[in-house]
Amino acid sequence: MANLEERRIASGFGFLNREAGFEIGESAFLRYGAADSYLRALFVGLTNTLLVAAIGIVLATILGTVIGLCRLSKNFLLRTVSGAYIEFIRNVPLLVQLFFWYAVITEGLPSAREALSPLPGVFLSNRGIFFPSFSSVPELQGFNFAGGFAISPEFAALLMGLATYTAAFIAEIVRAGILAVDRGQNEAAHALGLTRAQATRLVILPQALRVIVPPMTSQYLNLTKNSSLAVAIGYPDLVSIANTTMNQTGQAIEGIAVIMAVYLTISLSISGFMNWYNAHVAFK
Amino acid sequence: MIEMKEVNKYFGAFHVLKDVSLAVGRGEKVVVCGPSGSGKSTLIRLVNRLETHQSGRVVVDGVELTEDPRTVDRVRREVGMVFQSFNLFPHLTVLENLTLAPIWVQRVPKKEAEDTAMHFLRRVRIPEQVDKYPSQLSGGQQQRVAIARALCMKPKLMLFDEPTSALDPEMIKEVLDVMVELAREGMTMVVVTHEMGFARTVADRVVFMDGGRIVEAAPPADFFSAPKTDRAKLFLSQVLGH
Amino acid sequence: MKWLRDNLFPGWVSGVFSALLIVILVKSLFAFVDWAFLEAIWRADANACRAAKGACWGLITEKHRFILFGTYPYEQHWRPAAASVLLIALWTFSAFRAFWKWWLTLVWFFGLALIGMLMWGGVFGMPYVENERWGGLILTLLLSTFGVAFAFPLSILLALGRRSDMPIIRALCVGYIELIRGVPLISVLFMASVMLPLFLPSGVTIDKMVRAQLAIVMFAAAYLAEVVRGGLQSIPRGQYDAAHALALPYWRRTWLIILPQALRVSVPPLVNTLIALLKDTSLVLIIGLFDLLSTVKISLTEPAWNGFGIEAYVFASLVYFVFCFAMSRYSRSFEHR
Repeated sequence: MANLEERRIASGFGFLNREAGFEIGESAFLRYGAADSYLRALFVGLTNTLLVAAIGIVLATILGTVIGLCRLSKNFLLRTVSGAYIEFIRNVPLLVQLFFWYAVITEGLPSAREALSPLPGVFLSNRGIFFPSFSSVPELQGFNFAGGFAISPEFAALLMGLATYTAAFIAEIVRAGILAVDRGQNEAAHALGLTRAQATRLVILPQALRVIVPPMTSQYLNLTKNSSLAVAIGYPDLVSIANTTMNQTGQAIEGIAVIMAVYLTISLSISGFMNWYNAHVAFK
Repeated sequence: MIEMKEVNKYFGAFHVLKDVSLAVGRGEKVVVCGPSGSGKSTLIRLVNRLETHQSGRVVVDGVELTEDPRTVDRVRREVGMVFQSFNLFPHLTVLENLTLAPIWVQRVPKKEAEDTAMHFLRRVRIPEQVDKYPSQLSGGQQQRVAIARALCMKPKLMLFDEPTSALDPEMIKEVLDVMVELAREGMTMVVVTHEMGFARTVADRVVFMDGGRIVEAAPPADFFSAPKTDRAKLFLSQVLGH
Repeated sequence: MKWLRDNLFPGWVSGVFSALLIVILVKSLFAFVDWAFLEAIWRADANACRAAKGACWGLITEKHRFILFGTYPYEQHWRPAAASVLLIALWTFSAFRAFWKWWLTLVWFFGLALIGMLMWGGVFGMPYVENERWGGLILTLLLSTFGVAFAFPLSILLALGRRSDMPIIRALCVGYIELIRGVPLISVLFMASVMLPLFLPSGVTIDKMVRAQLAIVMFAAAYLAEVVRGGLQSIPRGQYDAAHALALPYWRRTWLIILPQALRVSVPPLVNTLIALLKDTSLVLIIGLFDLLSTVKISLTEPAWNGFGIEAYVFASLVYFVFCFAMSRYSRSFEHR
């Protein structure tokens, strides 16, 4: 404790009400300026985390399910290509993949003046991806776009990395879930005259879901925790902003406590939901 | 009803059915028996194409089974199958198990399908179980539900793959009783079983298989009292001994 | 021909898919080969790289020593190289079931001592190199190795503690496991890196590498504890009954009968945890340690080589992939026993 006093750090969470004094690159929902408090800054970080996690979960689930089903296909090409995807993605660290996506966007995409435009009003450049919004359309102003709906390179890279990475794990979960259903179920369904599609939809998938949901929720949790890597590519998520706060105020203990408390709450809620699901909905 | 001509089947390199020919007429009840590994399960699974044959012909109700999926669909609608491990759909109630295929395959309206289901549930003598889940039923009850499920498709032919082999002894009778009644009503049946009593009561013909071939086929009276081949004699002494 | 028909064109829809996929695959393959090989620059010429259309592998040619060995003194690079080879050899050696005998621990002991000697030096004429200068591949490998080595015994204690009859022990173990598993690794790294020095008496500092290693061990132990718990639960009740019936005391029972069985079942998930650990070491970049990914990233900061991130990270991916894929194949081979 002498060490702490030596550094004359004021313990406690009082600092949260002080003026933050730094800008935040992007904010999902809340408005924020440098004159706002640290507490508000952290809140912005939290909403940013939840946004990227929520969209990431949806994308990963869709992509992962498709790839998982491809792994079970009769088509050799589909099986092999999806298998290769899964093997490669799962054996490379997520951080490397995030840096890769960031490099693809900032180095691979052209500058704003020469932006790609696959659809009218939609622009892809190394400054970000721009869509028309309800009120305005993105227009080139100087070296960047103004107006419309903007997705920053950081957000895009984080989302792509998280979604493609988690999808590989979800694919294996989906595949294992479907394989876990007894072979006899398929036989009985076919003996009754159901087509392959009908058998999958009415008999196999409902049973597979019960096996799939627990590890799937675990992956959702992983994705949410992994979003904390945002600090390495400059997306202002909770950890990123807490880090800045800790650096500016020296309140390391409180900062880390906040980070852990938030993630712990998210984890416990999801586990709580899982337990409820297992008790009420799972196999009769 | 069924016509198999010189059918051969391989599992990889293993020659499981060797030049098998069999004919089953309408209304006929055929019991297939033999030691394990003789190919009897594989034989009846060829009839609804749960297994495929490499050479020879399989014709069911005038439709030849080929790689064309349409022939398979047509045959499966007319052929009902009961499995050794029941294979009821655990996530559906008994009623839903019975009405699933009629609704989705035959496009029967729901009410009609449910009426048919109740009718057959009464036939197998467990109408009160209609809203239960399979896991709540005993083995014998589950198998009877499985029979009812197959019957709900109003098949012309019923296949039974060792229907009582997974049951506790005290439940075998209730299932066999249902099968006997079905036989008496004129259903065409092919049954793979070790239950020789059933064969004696109901079968028009007993087909004995060993090592992938049909070794002997005769009406039960002849087969049980005077088997012609040594292998049949050996098999009978082992089965009937205990 | 029949195989082609069955596997690629079993039906209409599938056939169309196959045709499309083949076209896409072939086009991508050609484009990739073009970028990565035909038009690529292999020599360390940044200007040529910028002028060319293809990949700039010159970055790797120029910077590979830094990427692999970090800030280790240039002339002494043979030492971390030898240490890396030795460590990989140790792991490969341990993979063979035939060598799972008591003397394997001795082999490891001497191997690690040798590695320490190589890396630190100060003996046999090798100049001393402080561990702040260690970096690159050897750092990644060492962090993972020691991570698993220390986390494993800790995880066994945690798993046993979680099943204990003593409520305080059980609560502590459950609390630890759930806390660590519920938070991201980065926060545990921060905790060790930033908070730990605050709690030490003034004047005592802990090496940054040790702090990171501590965090990795703490993190891995919580996940491994669940793996061991799974193994313990998979042992049939009869084994516990028999051990009790033989009147063996707790630790004797656990050591001789329960643990060996639980651990045998746990080898595949253990290897999977090692794979995850190897990938997780990349996070130490965030707290300022120079692991393999860090050195790759730093090599891009030199102005001449700025902007070749794609090539750099493809290279990094390949290195990690080789290690992780080999381990995952190994783990998979256990499922077929």
